[in-house]
Amino acid sequence: MTSVLNDIHVLEIGSDLGAWCGKLLADMGATVTKIEPLSGDPMRSYAPFYKDIPNKNSSLYFWHYNTNKRSVTLDLDMEEGRELFRRLISKTDVVIDSLPPGQLTNYDLGYTSLSKINSAIILASLSPFGQSLPYSDYQATDLTALAFGGSAWSCGYDDHELPPVRCGGNQAYHTVSHFAAMGIMTALIHRQFSGEGQFIDVNMHAAQNVTTEGGAYNWLIAQETVQRQTGRHASVAPTPPTQIKCRDDKYVNIGFPARTEEQWFQLLAWLDDHDLVGNLSDYLTPPNREAIVRRDPDAIKHMHLVMQAVEKLCQTSNAKDIFAKAQELGFQWGVVYAPDEAMEDEHFLARNMRIEVSHPEQERFFAYPGSPYKFELTPWNIKRRPPLLGEDNDTVYAQELGIDSTNLTELKSQDVI
Amino acid sequence: MNTHNNAAALTPIRICDFSGQLAGAGATRYLAAMGAQVIRIEDRLSRGGWDMFRGTGPYKDDRRGHNLGGMYNNHNIEKLGITLNAKSLEGQEILRELVSISDVVTENFSAGVMERWGFGYEEMQKVKPDIIYVSNSGFGHSGPYKSFKSWGPVVQAVSGLTYQSGLPNMPPAGLGYSYMDHTGGYLMAIAILMALYHRYKTGEGQYVDMSCTDAALALNGPALLDYTVNGRPSSSVGQPNSNRSHYPPMAPHGIYKSRGNDKWIAIAVRTEEEWKLLSNLFAMQGIKDLDKYATLDNRLEQEDELDNLVTSWTEKRTSYESMNTLQRLGIPAASVQNPEERIDKDPNILAWNAFPEVQHAEMGPTRVEGLAMKFTKTPATIGKGGNLLGEDNKYVYEEILNIDPNILTNLQSIGVI
Repeated sequence: MTSVLNDIHVLEIGSDLGAWCGKLLADMGATVTKIEPLSGDPMRSYAPFYKDIPNKNSSLYFWHYNTNKRSVTLDLDMEEGRELFRRLISKTDVVIDSLPPGQLTNYDLGYTSLSKINSAIILASLSPFGQSLPYSDYQATDLTALAFGGSAWSCGYDDHELPPVRCGGNQAYHTVSHFAAMGIMTALIHRQFSGEGQFIDVNMHAAQNVTTEGGAYNWLIAQETVQRQTGRHASVAPTPPTQIKCRDDKYVNIGFPARTEEQWFQLLAWLDDHDLVGNLSDYLTPPNREAIVRRDPDAIKHMHLVMQAVEKLCQTSNAKDIFAKAQELGFQWGVVYAPDEAMEDEHFLARNMRIEVSHPEQERFFAYPGSPYKFELTPWNIKRRPPLLGEDNDTVYAQELGIDSTNLTELKSQDVI
Repeated sequence: MNTHNNAAALTPIRICDFSGQLAGAGATRYLAAMGAQVIRIEDRLSRGGWDMFRGTGPYKDDRRGHNLGGMYNNHNIEKLGITLNAKSLEGQEILRELVSISDVVTENFSAGVMERWGFGYEEMQKVKPDIIYVSNSGFGHSGPYKSFKSWGPVVQAVSGLTYQSGLPNMPPAGLGYSYMDHTGGYLMAIAILMALYHRYKTGEGQYVDMSCTDAALALNGPALLDYTVNGRPSSSVGQPNSNRSHYPPMAPHGIYKSRGNDKWIAIAVRTEEEWKLLSNLFAMQGIKDLDKYATLDNRLEQEDELDNLVTSWTEKRTSYESMNTLQRLGIPAASVQNPEERIDKDPNILAWNAFPEVQHAEMGPTRVEGLAMKFTKTPATIGKGGNLLGEDNKYVYEEILNIDPNILTNLQSIGVI
């Protein structure tokens, strides 16, 4: 089958901020070549490692973010290295750059220089705070970006003596990469019509700021401030708990336990199966959410009784069974899985969310997470495991740029590549 | 029909948009800002009730109504809106007309809803052979959970993201907002753009089944491969401390108390050099016994004690004092900003115009989320607020679909539009 981006050549330079963007394009068929320093992308030194043994090619962190990519080594601090980069640009459609702001320009490889070589080039520069704005010279990581940009304010516990919480999994890097990928795809479509490339300045701090839902809207519209709560949406006024422990000490998230009259009677019937209805039989409707938020005492008492009963109900089964039963009744409840539990769930397995990728060096297949979207004609695909450091030097420099073996040997001996 | 306006990247593209909420509307809002003509289809009978945000808060000046939902306004900038009774034969005929002149159909109902109603992909392909049809749902359109109901917190719970966010010996904190509704929208936009790019190259439309839980599963990051490759399930070691950094290991790394009520500072010490700078600063300010933290291994072994030591320094200072002091040394540090601080006072966010003002026909001027990237050739346009219910009926029915005004009057009187 064809892939969407099989005609697109991408150079990826930098590290943490842009790697997920490069993977999104590579997994849809783009030829993404990582330009790595001779010591390797810093990500190659990040734990965890295969069998916990660190080396340049064993970082699982690197593996996760670099499927389908090629790797070449190149020292941009040397003029010969920069010259090779310029030669690559004439065969490139997109550059994903997450070097510190201004560094490409200092190398004389900024957009103005690159567009003289290739006027159709699309350069997306990802940075913590934009290219030239207040804080552009400040340092940031996933943690500090989520703290500064509003996510952490909304994540944590009812007890505000406990610190706000960083959401796990590198979401600040993912979010800036999502904006970069949207921008690159938009620029590629514009190029189809106009033939022109462009520069895209992608700002991680802005990306966090516009990805916080209620935290932003309540302030923008009503100048109200949400407060973090355990396991549920941060809210201007406190809302009832939603995360309930089940018999196996795992949790379900129940949102609002019943939203309609129909759901209310279904919930009562389920409670009745376990003799847990009690005084709730007096109520003909589910608790009134709006009345709870405005602290109406009757509504709060009603909700309190429901929560007591639901807590007992959840103690009758394991979290996964509670989840399945609730969904069967049409309730928006969810089991709280650890990532490894999700990877084993039959639904995700049925949707090919566990992809076996061949690693010839280990003579094994390893499972990677599958695709966010299923394209009917041009499927997402992992054709190749992440690259070994400098694995594609010969392909790229000799075959594609036509550098002869004498010159290639010299470039290697001078540590240009 | 394909006249490309050079100032807007997606000008010739028309989207027949059945989607709503945030996961769907968030995708088409981006495309609308980049110049696509997005026509939102809303149900006349339920007065736009397909989208729960139509009339829900926050509200500007506490004015309520189906045109006054603050979130709806945010998610539907730059779109056209029409109303229609999609259960009537006449309404369905009009919709087929609209699809026949559209490039993309988007929807985010639960699996099966569009098919039952006669507007599934196969039916639409008969109307427009190269139509791109993108469905976005919580659990996708195949697999055992395809009929399950979800919203952001359920997606985050079932995929592993909730579990990965929290403090040890506590229940999961999760994400205090619908991160996966934002992110599902971003990935849906990427999918639409990729499918469009493929169509421009080949003339082929296609169907895309986007699942927010699939997307979220892959966003768990390197923890997944630590399980699938190294066999180390995160569920076996208990609730992770997501304020710390395991991948890669860093210490100090956390969110620390600052002076003032509920004030916090995030600090990430990435390297031995950064630790030396920090420990020199601590030493100059009279903190003793720093030698025992000389190496990363030392610091990881005594991380609780080290965090107390860092807190003893941070709690005497405001979060911004600590941030500026540490950033001057080149150490990533950031205040946990509340909504007012990050939206109204942050010089980077103000300079970027991350929250531009739009004009809403009934709410007047309001601020909404902007974008996290800036294009040099095809800037975004964010000026018009969310559409009122049926606001663009006249334009769309008369100017785009060329329906005779007399017929329209009749359709209106019999309740079709």
